[in-house]
Amino acid sequence: MSEARESEPRSLSYLAAISEGVREVLLEQDNAFLAGEDVGQAGSVFGIYAGLFDEFGADRVIDTPISEKGIIGLGVGASATGCRPIVDIMFMDFMGECMDEITNQMAKMRFMFGGSVALPVTVTTMSGGGRNLAAQHSQSLEAWLAHLPGIKVVMPTNAYDVKGLIIAASRDNNPVFVVMNKMIVAMQAEVPEGAYEVEIGKASVVRQGTDFTIVTLGRMVYEALDAADQFKEQGLDIEVIDARSIQPFDTETVINSIKKTHRAMVVHEAVQFGGFGGEIVAQIQDLAFDYLDAPVARIGAPFSPVPFSPSLEDAYIPNAARIVEKVKEMLA
Amino acid sequence: MAKRPTKKNLKAMHLNMVRIRRFEETAGRMAENGKIPGALHLYVGEEAIAAGVMQHLSDEDQITSTHRGHGHLVAKGGEFKPMFAELFGRSTGYCGGKGGSMHVSNMKVGMLGANGIVGGGPPIAVGAAFSNKYRKTKNVAVAFFGDGASNEGSFHEAANMAALYKLPCLFVCENNGYGEYTPQANHQAVVDVADRASGYGMPGVIVDGMDVMAVYEAAGEAIDRARNGEGPTLLECKTYRFYDHVGVRGMGLTYRTDEELALWQARDPVSAFEKNLIDLKVMTQDEIDSVYAEVNAALDEAVDFAEQSPYPDPSVLLDDVYWVGGD
Repeated sequence: MSEARESEPRSLSYLAAISEGVREVLLEQDNAFLAGEDVGQAGSVFGIYAGLFDEFGADRVIDTPISEKGIIGLGVGASATGCRPIVDIMFMDFMGECMDEITNQMAKMRFMFGGSVALPVTVTTMSGGGRNLAAQHSQSLEAWLAHLPGIKVVMPTNAYDVKGLIIAASRDNNPVFVVMNKMIVAMQAEVPEGAYEVEIGKASVVRQGTDFTIVTLGRMVYEALDAADQFKEQGLDIEVIDARSIQPFDTETVINSIKKTHRAMVVHEAVQFGGFGGEIVAQIQDLAFDYLDAPVARIGAPFSPVPFSPSLEDAYIPNAARIVEKVKEMLA
Repeated sequence: MAKRPTKKNLKAMHLNMVRIRRFEETAGRMAENGKIPGALHLYVGEEAIAAGVMQHLSDEDQITSTHRGHGHLVAKGGEFKPMFAELFGRSTGYCGGKGGSMHVSNMKVGMLGANGIVGGGPPIAVGAAFSNKYRKTKNVAVAFFGDGASNEGSFHEAANMAALYKLPCLFVCENNGYGEYTPQANHQAVVDVADRASGYGMPGVIVDGMDVMAVYEAAGEAIDRARNGEGPTLLECKTYRFYDHVGVRGMGLTYRTDEELALWQARDPVSAFEKNLIDLKVMTQDEIDSVYAEVNAALDEAVDFAEQSPYPDPSVLLDDVYWVGGD
């Protein structure tokens, strides 16, 4: 779903696509601004917002104090009163500091107030492990958010999607969380110039297959693609679906795939117990039970905080090897 | 009354400052050589604060720390070997390799953890201080935090509760002028964090955080008040981070000037204190040199120990998520 000022696609990193997405929003909407810890002069961690401060100035690209509750509150109050803010929580782990503002204010205001207010606020944040940043800088907490009626949650996994989803999130009149991943910031993809949207609530079939369905959240899509390639020579044709959005969740795309493949697995980086994968499995068994040849498998992280040591973190984060092993078990 | 440090105090503080400085310089070099995974937030430039405050504390007094926590643990009595092993992610580390730099801790010396969450420490220090009072001990709890953390709601709630309950607590703001990459003037309207103390109903004291003698005296008074049941104090130590927020780079950063760094480096707390010690005839240059030699030898040993230690076996991954018996 593209529109306007579109030109020849160029190869762009995930990182550069983030700031390009925010840039399009700031160009398009006078009442849009970006606020967060170190988003301004420093361009945030990994430099995801590099250049925006210089282009738009301190009035629109705003360095905030280290005050997460204040930052989310800023987004809620400003969006309720005519602005279209993008507020950034540097690492998703820091949402612990502002969960009241998210849970009891942002997610509920429109409903509690009888539909009399809209909150067009976008929250950007970085999730996931893999950089040995230990228990408080590596978590995948998207299930917290997906459980809250009133907000939307997307998890872009490539440069094209992250730009298009940031723009779609900003144009949406609801609070939308854009949960990005810190392991794929350097990854390149074709990205058009100008503004375009990626539809919120629409999954992406990133690999067509006929024999097996793997549904993934976040960067696990790359582990699933790797695993799928490993089965190619054995003649097992695996379909890989990048959920892209978990609230709303594109049940239809998943069910249509299973009607074709009859076997499915869900993979995410978050702790498996209580993770969003459980919801996906429940939806599948509600709507496609008769099409299944086997129970739906789940892969997530073990039930522990994210460990620091490389030997433990490597064992902790789900990967292609674990997916391959599980697929083999299911086919045995 | 300000408590004057004895010669023994002065030498102990010097030793701690050298231990911290050399620990951090060594850790920084190891990180640059790719031997330490993850992120390192180094304490170089701020040594006088940890050394001056900790001189008043025993193992039974508690501290909470920050992401920049190595110096706090060293001064509280942390040993080099398990500290380096932890930074290297080895099973012999203080946390068995599960925590790393940002969570290095040792409960046995009352160090309740380096903390990856800005503002994470103060409420926990309040809990420890409450416990000290509840259990009728004479111990105090000290929360170290930065100017950046003074903007977190957690700090305000903690300060209010500590004053309300007259807890044996000390809030030490290490104001290094930057909240991560943002200069203080861009993250708070006040210049002195200590100004906020009156809003909580506790004394606010400002001290030169580059001067270990000044920190020692101010912290001593505040800790005496806390031990005597007179409640908490907010002690703001003006200091500077010689390195970047993360890593070892000092010069050429985009968010501060090299001139500013040079001004603060001219007031290096370690060399200033050493000059003082020689002037006061507390130590000779030879004695100072031998402190470095001893510390350096201990560091070499600790690094060898860390490098030779095994990585934790993945089978321990689910250990210690819950208490299931044992200690």
